[in-house]
Amino acid sequence: MAKYSTNEFKAGLKIMLDADPCAIIENEFIKPGKGQAFNRVKIRNLKTGRVIERTFKSGESVDGADVVDIDMQYLYSDGDFWHFMVPDSFEQYQADKNAVADAIKWLKDQDICTMTLWNDSPLSVTPPNFVELAVTETDPGLKGDTSGGGGKPATMETGAVVRVPLFVQIGEMIKVDTRTGEYVSRVKE
Amino acid sequence: MQRAAQEHWRPSCDLKAIQLRAEMLAVIRAFFYQRSVLEVETPLLCHATGTDPQLDFFSTAYHHVPGIKKSKNFFLQTSPEFAMKRLLAAGSGCIFQICKAFRNGESGRFHNPEFSILEWYRVGFTLPQLMDEVAELIVEILPGSCKVNDIQKISYVELFEQITGLNPLVFCQQSYSLYASNNSISDAITLCGKDHSMWLDFIFSYKIQPVLNDQSLYMVYGYPVIQSSLARINKDNSAIADRFEVFINGIEIGNGFFELADASEQEQRFDQENKSRAQRQLLQVDKDKLFLDALRSGLPNCSGIAIGLDRLLMIVANADTLNEVITFPFDRA
Repeated sequence: MAKYSTNEFKAGLKIMLDADPCAIIENEFIKPGKGQAFNRVKIRNLKTGRVIERTFKSGESVDGADVVDIDMQYLYSDGDFWHFMVPDSFEQYQADKNAVADAIKWLKDQDICTMTLWNDSPLSVTPPNFVELAVTETDPGLKGDTSGGGGKPATMETGAVVRVPLFVQIGEMIKVDTRTGEYVSRVKE
Repeated sequence: MQRAAQEHWRPSCDLKAIQLRAEMLAVIRAFFYQRSVLEVETPLLCHATGTDPQLDFFSTAYHHVPGIKKSKNFFLQTSPEFAMKRLLAAGSGCIFQICKAFRNGESGRFHNPEFSILEWYRVGFTLPQLMDEVAELIVEILPGSCKVNDIQKISYVELFEQITGLNPLVFCQQSYSLYASNNSISDAITLCGKDHSMWLDFIFSYKIQPVLNDQSLYMVYGYPVIQSSLARINKDNSAIADRFEVFINGIEIGNGFFELADASEQEQRFDQENKSRAQRQLLQVDKDKLFLDALRSGLPNCSGIAIGLDRLLMIVANADTLNEVITFPFDRA
């Protein structure tokens, strides 16, 4: 894998740090007029999701991480693994619970997710920004109550719990923003 | 800024910033005209350059005949200091210059490899006198909206001790490391190791500069002698140099010296810096003979300072990055 010098650091670059694959979030060049140059870098550990700050001496090099994002279709779960397929090549990958992590509650068969691979193994899964899910459980509420305020919790077919307006009923499809976990709209069949 | 960022042929700054720069330059010229400080120009492309291992330079080839590659190396100046001191030695009296300077490998929020410098020298001025003049100029440049509340002159040693509890003059790896691990800069321990000067840079950049951020104009004077650069050693305390730095909103704006005039001491510092370049596996730099000759013929006692005009303009324009005040920064130059 390529090595990267601090002058190539920029947001999005994937590097190895303490044996873990990481992504640079922010890179700041620090240099007193008459002094040593440093790069102060905010880095996300792609395995744990933790964000740390690290300083490098300008000019230092680090190993790049073989990390790629690929769109894949979610197929099914067998309980231990979650199975995905690259639509063009039909190549299949199985991600474990650590890799799927919080994406679990948004995964619906056939949805296209972004799979992050590290050395060709699943590292993390990002669900689509918007998913359409069926409501499996919610308080029926009062008919005709369309008042704006309030809302109620509703459980989706995938297990996620989303706060929805009072008029949403069991069996209806709704659109949810997975980045915020918020209800967007009802989906007309 | 957002709109402009989309098309690279456009300036990255808005028209307002361009106007503010013109106004700032007019204020500076009027300020020095009033004080009978002479505006000068010196070459940006020179035979020689500084040896400072912390400053990387651009070099370029001069072709003796157009198109023919038999050539000689020239350097784009990292500051106009040597040439201006040659003028001083030649009897120019007090001088100032507004020019571009070039530093290789420096690019970021507060750095552009090509930048604007205001440099001036006051014959017969002590360092405190120059500090007063710097404050007067900056107060004149800053508009009402970003006026400084206070002008604080504070010694480097005092400031360093106040904030960190460490003595910057005496290196103690153990106590520096302990401070670093207790103050979330433990990266410094492995990066700086036994390098005292690097420790000072690290701690100052991470822990002290951010504190100088209360709408005051800070002038930090009396740098440890290992960071004396081209300043004279203080005549009463050989542990510190007669050097000061200017900070506004935690941003380094300028660097001033009571100028070293002793040619042989200057030559020793060049040699020392070349040694340190060798240790870092950097290219050796020929000493600027013309500059040393000028010192040998006699530099009048003087104090001088370089101010980074783009950064100062950032403060005037209330901008967060240099790109907001430079027409065409490096990536679209």
